[in-house]
Amino acid sequence: MPEKFDVIVVGAGPAGTSCAYTCAKNGLKVLLIERGEFPGAKNVMGGILYRKQMEEIIPEFWKEAPLERPVVEQRFWFLDKESMVTTSYKALEWGKEPFNNFTVLRAKFDKWFASKAVEQGAVLINETVVLECIVEDGKVVGVRTDRPDGDVYADVVVLADGVNSLLAKSLGFHKEWKPEEVALTVMEVMKLPKKVINERFNVNDDQGVSVEIFGDSTKGALGTAFLYTNKDSLNIGVGTTLSGMIKKKMKPYELLEYVKEHPMIKPYIDGAETEEYLAHLIPEGGYNSVPKLVGDGVIVTGDAAQLVNAIHREGSNMAMTSGRLAAETIMRAKESEDYSERTLDYYRTAIYDSFIGKDLKKYKDATHVFEENPQYFEQYIPLMNRAMGTFFTVDGTPKREKQSKIIKSFTGKNGRLGVAKDLYRAWRVVK
Amino acid sequence: MAKTVEEKQYLVRFRCDTKSHLEIKDHNVCMTQCPDKDCTIFCPAEVYKWEGDRMFVGYEGCHECGSCRIGCGFDNIKWEYPKGGHGIVFRLA
Repeated sequence: MPEKFDVIVVGAGPAGTSCAYTCAKNGLKVLLIERGEFPGAKNVMGGILYRKQMEEIIPEFWKEAPLERPVVEQRFWFLDKESMVTTSYKALEWGKEPFNNFTVLRAKFDKWFASKAVEQGAVLINETVVLECIVEDGKVVGVRTDRPDGDVYADVVVLADGVNSLLAKSLGFHKEWKPEEVALTVMEVMKLPKKVINERFNVNDDQGVSVEIFGDSTKGALGTAFLYTNKDSLNIGVGTTLSGMIKKKMKPYELLEYVKEHPMIKPYIDGAETEEYLAHLIPEGGYNSVPKLVGDGVIVTGDAAQLVNAIHREGSNMAMTSGRLAAETIMRAKESEDYSERTLDYYRTAIYDSFIGKDLKKYKDATHVFEENPQYFEQYIPLMNRAMGTFFTVDGTPKREKQSKIIKSFTGKNGRLGVAKDLYRAWRVVK
Repeated sequence: MAKTVEEKQYLVRFRCDTKSHLEIKDHNVCMTQCPDKDCTIFCPAEVYKWEGDRMFVGYEGCHECGSCRIGCGFDNIKWEYPKGGHGIVFRLA
């Protein structure tokens, strides 16, 4: 009889490790399976890790975890070709305990996080692909791996296998994602001395900055570029919906070069040396794309369940909370030794009652509306730039004349009604 | 500065399997039904190259992102994960 576990977790990213850690800490027998050489070897993110949801798993993790910098300033840039409109918020409070969020390098962080789950008693196996779930009488009872004699059994299998979500798909929990439900993102880690980063971003060693960049950074396609400060490197990346990338016939690495060469961005990365190039998909379908979350003996978490709030670039935090809620669900189920879909449905309810379900619902139509109405990124950001340019260029034109010129530039093509409609539509999807 | 995709890819560590985890189901579909060959454009690692009569698949440089599987308008790419421990190894982010 092959070995049986209480829980098998597929994938040692934020969702899977959160689940494995919580289960192991509460005395369950946990197997955590990772396909990479080590946890983190296959994982990519822009780099923002949120304190709150991580702390709910490991209190005061920042005293020990390999983090880069606590973010004290969030900047937003709305780019045109040779200008930008910016806004930002900086708070010294974010640089002190308990912090708000951190920049991290995932290969380091995920490896550390998984080691904490192992400390709690979880068994971690690397370099192992789960080929399929073993299903008996409609119930998931284990997994088939690519190791010799690789069948392993458990009461519950937690799918934390990331955005491609092949296992949930093969169980029929969702269809193949559509190109508009995922964002293709590429990034580079660029080495730059700490001192230079501090000067360029106006911070000290223990402060970081995140910059989200809209508009010309994606040539008007639905997406963003980003620039985050690590200790002695920068993460710079850009992504758009896969459908946007296809429609505009863009090569992602060329788009990234365009971003790096942009006159508003280039000075920040000048002299930095690229250390690594990474590509990944982000699930951005939102509320309407969330698949079936539970079945008999199985729970879907994190990116595999499309739990990402693209508008607020939150994903790792939702992954962690979903992993923790999966663990709590399994512990409840263990009390009654009942791992049926009906019992595990506690997880689904918990997800939808938490900030995850509520935030995804709030923005449920956002991606779709912005995808269908490219004018927000293609037209309004350049118009915003021209409006500011017109207003602040002192050329002897009376201000009232400038104002009416600006208003005309906005209403010119679509009329006042068109602009009002666009404003109303945008407000509705983010309200 | 790692400008070209070749220069970027040179910075990435791969532990290649001898067998491809990506497979074109039918090269004829690429030839006769897909004039745009979008995969040769959007693939972030330039894995796909059209050779006039068949699609060359440079799986060794694949980032395993999944874009080709989702983005192929003809569902013509069989996509699996490389064998455990193989494929791309991100060292940093």
